[in-house]
Amino acid sequence: MTVYAAIFYILAGVILVATGLAITRRNLVHSIVYLVISFFGSAMLYYLFGAPLLAALEIIIYAGAIMVLFLFIIMMLRVEPSALRKPTFRQWLPAGVLSLIYIAVAILVVTTDPGSQTILETALARPRVFGRFLFQRYWLSVEIVSFLLLIALIGALYLGRAFVKEGGDRKEDQP
Amino acid sequence: MIVPYSHILMLAGILFAMGVFCAVARRNLIMMLIGVEIMLNAAGLAFVAAALRWQQLEGQVFVLFIFAIAAAEVSVGLALIVYAYRRTGSLDPERYNILKW
Repeated sequence: MTVYAAIFYILAGVILVATGLAITRRNLVHSIVYLVISFFGSAMLYYLFGAPLLAALEIIIYAGAIMVLFLFIIMMLRVEPSALRKPTFRQWLPAGVLSLIYIAVAILVVTTDPGSQTILETALARPRVFGRFLFQRYWLSVEIVSFLLLIALIGALYLGRAFVKEGGDRKEDQP
Repeated sequence: MIVPYSHILMLAGILFAMGVFCAVARRNLIMMLIGVEIMLNAAGLAFVAAALRWQQLEGQVFVLFIFAIAAAEVSVGLALIVYAYRRTGSLDPERYNILKW
C-alpha cells in the first residue's frame, strides 16, 4: 500500500464518519459543522486526485459560502430541533428491500467491471492548463452558467423581498 | 499509484446514499436541502476520479459546473424556505398543507 492509498483510506473514513454524524444530529448547527469537516475531506481528496483548483473551489464555495449561508438562515429563523422521521414497518419494508437490491446490483456492477481493478496513477492538472482548457472548449457553457447564476440571484431577491400588502385577503402573510 | 477506481466509486455511492437518506428521513426543510448538497458533492467526487482514471479534463470541467449549479440551487432553495417559513411559521414539511381542504 503506497502512502497515497493510505491517505485515501484515512480521508474516506473521516468523510464517511463526519457525514454520518451530520445527517443524524438533531441540532442543525452541529450538523452544519460536521458537514464542513466532510467537505474539507472532499477537498483534500480532490487534491489527491490531481485537481488543485477544484480543491480550492470546494473549500471556497462549499465549505465557505454555502455552509455559511445555511448558518445565516438557521440563525435567522427560529428552528426547533428536528427528529428523524420514524416510518412504520409497512412503509419501511418496500423501500428497504428495493434499496438492498440496488446496493447489491451496484456492488456487482462496480466489482465485475474489467477496468475497475486498474490502479489509478497520480496526475496533476495545473490551474493554468485547466483554465485554458475550460475557456477554449467550454466557453459557451461558462457563459450559460453565469446566466443561470444571474437568474438565481434575481429569483432569490424576488422570493426574499418583504411582503407587500396587496389586498385584504393576504393579511395572514405578515408574520 | 492511489487506489482502484472501484473503491472511489464505492465511497461516492455511500456518500450519495447518505444524502438520499438525509433528504428523505429528516423532518426539516433545511436538512433536506443539505441532503441534496451531499448528493451533489458525491457526484463531483466520482467525476474527478473518472477524470483521473481516463486522463481527460472534461470530468474536472463538469465538476466546476456542478459547483455553479449547487450554488444556484442552494440560494433559490433557501429563499423558498424563508418564504415558506414566513407563511407558515414552521420548517416541518408536513405543515405545508394550505392547499389541502
